[in-house]
Amino acid sequence: MIHRNRREMMVLLAAVSLILLAAVTIAGANVYGDAMVTDFSRKNLPPCLEYPFGTDFMGRDMFVRTIAGLSVSIRLGLVTAAFSAVIAFFMGMAAAVLGKTADGLVSGLIDLMMGIPHILLLILISFACGKGFWGVVIGISMTHWTSLARLIRGEVLQLRESNYMKIAARLGHGKLRTAMVHMTPHLLPQFITGLVLLFPHAILHEASITFLGFGLSPEEPAIGVILSESMKYLVTGEWWLAVFPGVLLVGVVLLFHILGQGVLLILDPERAHE
Amino acid sequence: MAAERGIWIGKQLFRMMVLLGAVTVAVFALLSVSPIDPLTANVGQTALGSMSPEQVEKLREYWGTDQPALSRFLAWAGDFIRGDMGTSLLYRRPVKEIIWERFLNSVWLMGSAWVLSGVIGFGLGILAGRKQGGVADRLVTGYCMLIASTPAFWIAMILLLIFAVHLQWLPIGLAVPIGVAAEQVTAADRISHMVLPAAALSLTGISNIAMHTRQKMAEVMESDYVLFARARGETERSIIWRHGIRNVALPALTLQFASISEIFGGSVLVEQVFSYPGLGQTAVTAGLGSDVPLLMGVTVITAAIVFGGNAVANILYGLVDPRMKNRRKKS
Repeated sequence: MIHRNRREMMVLLAAVSLILLAAVTIAGANVYGDAMVTDFSRKNLPPCLEYPFGTDFMGRDMFVRTIAGLSVSIRLGLVTAAFSAVIAFFMGMAAAVLGKTADGLVSGLIDLMMGIPHILLLILISFACGKGFWGVVIGISMTHWTSLARLIRGEVLQLRESNYMKIAARLGHGKLRTAMVHMTPHLLPQFITGLVLLFPHAILHEASITFLGFGLSPEEPAIGVILSESMKYLVTGEWWLAVFPGVLLVGVVLLFHILGQGVLLILDPERAHE
Repeated sequence: MAAERGIWIGKQLFRMMVLLGAVTVAVFALLSVSPIDPLTANVGQTALGSMSPEQVEKLREYWGTDQPALSRFLAWAGDFIRGDMGTSLLYRRPVKEIIWERFLNSVWLMGSAWVLSGVIGFGLGILAGRKQGGVADRLVTGYCMLIASTPAFWIAMILLLIFAVHLQWLPIGLAVPIGVAAEQVTAADRISHMVLPAAALSLTGISNIAMHTRQKMAEVMESDYVLFARARGETERSIIWRHGIRNVALPALTLQFASISEIFGGSVLVEQVFSYPGLGQTAVTAGLGSDVPLLMGVTVITAAIVFGGNAVANILYGLVDPRMKNRRKKS
């Protein structure tokens, strides 16, 4: 019988998560048009075989809408997490390399951003951008880099003190070469894991801010819009509008968490033996 | 020693004040770069269109929107220091009054969620970290992972669906019953309106503190002094009390003070779901309605509370932990 160790299991799980996420993203992009179709002959249907998630007050198929919304969320999450990671990389590097003033500035900036609750900061940035799509993209990109930047800063500082880096410097290796040969292999796993772990945050915050009404426009089949619309129908008994899209959202975020842990296990040299 | 400690606390407080000042500037800058025109947002397109250009100009002058951002900021800051936070454009009342009223609603909600999530999270963390890989550990870790993947507002919606709509045990929203005069609202009414939002907030707040406590507890349980205590024949119970909880309680308390920001963030979403008139909902209403003075006021007050929590956390940590004392001396 198949008996795998933990590492193999984790890799398998991560691969399955990746495939599932890709499937949702691609499927959602393809049914985007169908998600907007309204048909008043089938409105407010509870879940059945034909419409597993039921239909809403405009007769839209909730299953199709949910998948399309998740796809939008995942793609937005990818873009914003990537932006955030790039900012985090430069901020972390600047803090570690450019000396005390830069370090103080970056950590001050991080403290400043931590002082305003995340959601409130997103509201403010969304307001500053005149609300809408760009408000969300800029807001989430600008607010999620702090923890990863701290991680990179710490890692770089630690690496610079390590003996093999000092030896490389004594051997007369150039700064660029030491950075490429000795720094990157250590930083990259941390960076990629940090990037993957940013996705769930980015997706949850996108859904939250859209739910509050600051994010994507109400016409779009975004998951935050779907859930915020379903609020009006909670009391009248259309429970499926809120429950199923939410469950799928939680599922997607969980898959990203599993993927992140898998990536960490695969890439982190210190945990290679596990 | 005492003087040195005093200076250090003073430094912490000073840092907090500087950060708060910086937040104020940053928030004002964010609000003033917004393309949303305060005149159009508050007077309305049609009303503005029916006015003559001179009238519009007068209004602009009256509200001071024709002045540069810096002088507007100085005017605002000057008034703020004197205790005047401006007038809300949506409610046509002083911002200070609205914030105070909402703060009183929020403080009970957030306070109870803060205490509950702290106590339950700490307990679960101890339970999980006591034996890594055990049944309790797996359950707690699984729960925390699930909660970390769930948006706070959806938990609130599910609670509302089950307990308010389906079972009808608790009211659906707001902070007081509808159609009852303010004097006749009883404490029981208030509490019954607070149960669901507080539960939603606590459920989400638990995961952070539980995971942190679990980690620390697991470290303690693997330490040499616990091994020695076992060798001496101490019971499991006494090990957990004397070596575990004593070591873990302080970092956990610190973390809980530093997590006020998250509780507040969660309360923005939860209050929105339950239409609970607290600070978080006020921020959303002000943002959606382009009520800049109110949004500004709420943000500054919130930041002050959060920084206060962070400062308490830092001071607590620095004062009680001997290791931090040494580091302080060095720096």
